[in-house]
Amino acid sequence: MLHTFVAYVEDKPGVLTRVASLFRRLNINIISLTVGRSERAGYSRMTIVADASDQAGHRIRASLYKLEDVAEVDDISGVSAVTRELALIKVAANAESRSGVFELAEVFRARIVDLAPESLMIEITGVESKIEGLIQVLNERENRVLEVCRSGKMTMRRGHHTSRVLRAMGVTDIPDGIEPVDPD
Amino acid sequence: MEKMPVHDEVAQAIQPAILTGSEILWATLVGEGVTEVFGYPGGAILPAYDALRKFPIRHILVRHEQGAAHMADGYARASGKVGVAIATSGPGATNLVTGIATAMMDSIPIVCITGQVSSKVLGTDAFQEIDITGITLPVTKHNFLVSRAEDIAPAIRAAFQIAQSGRPGPVLVDITKDAQQARADFDFAAAQPRPYTPHPMLHCTDHKLHHAAELIRKAERPVILAGHGILQSRAGEQVRSLAERMQIPVGLTLLGLGAFPASHPLSMGMMGMHGESWVNHAIQNADLLIACGMRFDDRVIGTPATYAPNAKKIHIEIDPAEINKNIPVDVALVGDLREVLEQLLPLLPGRDGSAWLRSIEDSKGSAAVRDIRNLPDSGHLYAAHVMHDLWRITEGRAIVATDVGQHQMWEAQYYHHDHPRTLITSGGLGTMGFALPAGIGAKVACPDREVWVIAGDGGFQMTASELATIAQEKLKVNIAIINNGYLGMVRQWQEFFYERNYESTPLVSPDFVKLADAHGIAGAAVSTRAELASVVERARQHNGPFLINFLVEQEDSVYPMIPVGSALHEMIRRPDHNPLVETPQDF
Ligand SMILES: Cc1ncc(C[n+]2csc(CCOP(=O)(O)OP(=O)(O)O)c2C)c(N)n1
Ligand SMILES: [Mg+2]
Repeated sequence: MLHTFVAYVEDKPGVLTRVASLFRRLNINIISLTVGRSERAGYSRMTIVADASDQAGHRIRASLYKLEDVAEVDDISGVSAVTRELALIKVAANAESRSGVFELAEVFRARIVDLAPESLMIEITGVESKIEGLIQVLNERENRVLEVCRSGKMTMRRGHHTSRVLRAMGVTDIPDGIEPVDPD
Repeated sequence: MEKMPVHDEVAQAIQPAILTGSEILWATLVGEGVTEVFGYPGGAILPAYDALRKFPIRHILVRHEQGAAHMADGYARASGKVGVAIATSGPGATNLVTGIATAMMDSIPIVCITGQVSSKVLGTDAFQEIDITGITLPVTKHNFLVSRAEDIAPAIRAAFQIAQSGRPGPVLVDITKDAQQARADFDFAAAQPRPYTPHPMLHCTDHKLHHAAELIRKAERPVILAGHGILQSRAGEQVRSLAERMQIPVGLTLLGLGAFPASHPLSMGMMGMHGESWVNHAIQNADLLIACGMRFDDRVIGTPATYAPNAKKIHIEIDPAEINKNIPVDVALVGDLREVLEQLLPLLPGRDGSAWLRSIEDSKGSAAVRDIRNLPDSGHLYAAHVMHDLWRITEGRAIVATDVGQHQMWEAQYYHHDHPRTLITSGGLGTMGFALPAGIGAKVACPDREVWVIAGDGGFQMTASELATIAQEKLKVNIAIINNGYLGMVRQWQEFFYERNYESTPLVSPDFVKLADAHGIAGAAVSTRAELASVVERARQHNGPFLINFLVEQEDSVYPMIPVGSALHEMIRRPDHNPLVETPQDF
């Protein structure tokens, strides 16, 4: 199954290697990895999607925590969360075939962000299936897809945070009972 | 010049001052309580060596950097303190890797310091530049690349904290040459790392403790699995209380030997691939396993699917990543073993375990008669004789460092360890060449203890150059080579599983006694049981290191043995014709 983790890691050289190396060591394939600055100074936020056995979530999270540069790890597989991906898609289109692409973009709530005589670029955000839907439809038309650049998934829990994230944000007054119970 | 008292020397070394990076390195080590380091110099670490003599630290010059890492490891295992190894960049650093991996697999706290080319040329494939932090990333708990003098003290102090805290392990600090040469403010106290935060997934609630206690109270056939974690968290007393109060028999892992006294009536002995048959049977028949600081390694479980099928399992373990890794458990008490047991013990009033203990005793049958002293002397010398007699003569008090192979298993079976930290052996990585340097490290850590290195004729030759280290450092280390003319453990596998195709396992070796002699080390060969005791006594009494070349039976095998892929109770038994067999019905 696909496991999704959100990790806060120290913004230092080599941290990405350590995280990637851990997955390699565990013989687990990373499907998608995004990194960027977070709300915490000095910490980056990663969204890691990995394909591993159903039981692997606990061990991956525990192993991530064993890395010195990892501050927080949230396993959000199966919890209510918002997941988005950004894609830039360049398609072959000339003056005649453009309008069809414009219509498509409208339907998918995508934007045209660049226009050249022989091509145009589409920017689309959404869940994976929406992006893949657009690419599929584009492929079905005479407009050839020339390039696809996808950001990988970014995920955030809906509503309340785990106590760990609250703690990470500096909240000291943490209500009981919002901790996910570790299975054993 | 009069020698200063130690604490004054330390206090002086860690005075705040403007120092070179090299001086900062040594001063920080002094501040961390380091009194000995094992190392080998070279260009990129030369500034550090140049500053060494100003500090109260003894440097043991090794003959190969792998030896330095193993010595630091043996030092740590024998003393419980952090061992320190130091090497130059490039080949010096890469030579450490086997030793670091050995320490990683067995959770041993060592700090390795390597020199690195100057930061100006980092990344240019400069002479002896190697990405050692990259190479050691998967075999260290953490590592640092330090390129500024002011970062040295914080990195070293963090390294010591990381190496010792939680589940211990090796840490490497790579320091560029220019960082060693530059000057910076040194303030030992200010370089203190952030307070240690335990792994956030430690989990040991009252609810879980009560659940565990109830399982223990209700169990009819419980077994304690005693592992290395008992030594690491100094929980020997607590495990003993648990066993004694609830009358639970104890099986030990290889690295657990010594954590629970072998002579204790509740000690069953070693479990696993070459464990005692009754221990493995007890585990398979148990209705409850209480795993204390052990990780259900594949060498102790046979196959996961067939392991202790009717047993509930309680896993007390400090590393959350070990929970449910190999064996799914019913209750996981994730935390420091000693702390967890201290909370658990009050919930356990006592129990009558006599029926189960009696049935284990019965299952030993005549196999329990392992006292090979009683066997008639056939004129042959068996490795088991050597181990048994060494145990008897040293009264089980020596620190024994073993290598890897058959002799390692015989040591585990026949040298009965009653005391913690008396067996030093590479369990997880199974590193040949470990014994001699690890024994040297142990002797340096515990100069007043009797130390025996027990190595095979194969493994000994992997690090035999460290004989020169013993000679140079005048270390009273006793060496027993179990010389069977083979890479014995591999030969055994060829005998059992490859139709006796002894491909590349017969071994021509130098005359080890002459080799010792060439180093100025005394020695003797032993080929009969009759002369064994007197030569061992001679070695012990000898004022200096002593090597004994035991010429043992060549095609002897270690029994019992669980073939890979078999269940724990599916052991290969001692064959009748083996003169070591106690009786044919050996269990
Ligand atoms: C560095 C290394 N290389 C290879 C092995 C594989 N191996 C395991 S035991 C063994 C034979 C050891 O022979 P020896 O040192 O003579 O000890 P014996 O088994 O004969 O007691 C070998 C080659 C190993 N464990 N470590
Ligand atoms: Mg041999």
